[in-house]
Amino acid sequence: MTTVDLAALYPIDDDDLTRLHARLATAAERDDLLDVAYRTVDSPVGSLLIAATPAGLVRVAFTIEGHDAVLQHLSDRISPRLLHAPARLDAVAQQLDEYFSGRRHGFDVPLDWQLSKGFRRTVLEHLALDIEYGTTASYGTLARLSGSPKAVRAVGTTCATNPIPVVVPCHRVVRADGALGGYRGGPAAKLILLDLEGAA
Amino acid sequence: MKQPFEKVVVQHGSTVLRVARAVLGHADADDAWSDTFLAAMKAYPDLPADANVEAWLVTIAHRKAIDVVRATSRRATPVPDTPDRPSHDHAEGHHRELTEAVAALPTKQRQAVAYHYLAGLPYAEIATLLDSSAAAARRAAADGIAALRRSYTHDTETESADDHR
Repeated sequence: MTTVDLAALYPIDDDDLTRLHARLATAAERDDLLDVAYRTVDSPVGSLLIAATPAGLVRVAFTIEGHDAVLQHLSDRISPRLLHAPARLDAVAQQLDEYFSGRRHGFDVPLDWQLSKGFRRTVLEHLALDIEYGTTASYGTLARLSGSPKAVRAVGTTCATNPIPVVVPCHRVVRADGALGGYRGGPAAKLILLDLEGAA
Repeated sequence: MKQPFEKVVVQHGSTVLRVARAVLGHADADDAWSDTFLAAMKAYPDLPADANVEAWLVTIAHRKAIDVVRATSRRATPVPDTPDRPSHDHAEGHHRELTEAVAALPTKQRQAVAYHYLAGLPYAEIATLLDSSAAAARRAAADGIAALRRSYTHDTETESADDHR
């Protein structure tokens, strides 16, 4: 008996799907449907996933966080209208590249703080503004800067769960006794970043 | 748990493109695919988390294909794969003849064959799409496959069949 294998009759080229996907991302951006755009960038601390809403950069994620888990979380927390769409992240990717090659000491991209509420957001905003490239501060110092000198533990948690690491430089916050303290990307990544900035 | 839309595109992009190519032909399939996924992305937040995503996409693709046909209604029958590249390669020529045979099927047979055999839609759902009964949808698909088998058999009988298994 002769069977007709229909799927084999319409072979799909990966290039076709790549092209159509890019076309979809462009159309979604045009129609204001692209609630979350993401891409990955290579870096000395491994592949970083970067994601942006129309408001700005909302997430930077390390490989050890599991990129698929991070995308699922963004989909649940922000919107499932989420696509791999590199164009929106061109500026961020370029600035990260400059940062990792030592040519850039600060980031100039809009940030979307929606994943950080209340005190955590206050802490991270102070962190982004007050602790400069190449310097470190203790958790206690950051607690003081944030207006709650006793909230050292909360500051530690905030740094450990910073949704926009590297760009919001929680790697510059270390323990008062000089120990590194925790880091979302792992202690090795924290050390690489401090080393890069000449602060280790 | 609802997946990010990116996963929907990656998981179902090939099937939707195959269905679009079978139903519309190669030339219009890209437009139908793009219209389908853009409309799906718009509606996706409201889709129930336990919905059959592929069936939902095929439903949208069915409607978008009709729109594309209306927009390019000068064309009476769809253009099959690789229409303007005559092939001397036996397998490729054979392949072309089969896609032409699909394109030559009556519209409902072509739709029923594509939705069932490419997308795995049950006949009850195909019946809803084609505005007919499940029995009629099953018959349309069976008639379509029978016609394709005839062209396949005809082809292998009239040409050397040694490279077909």
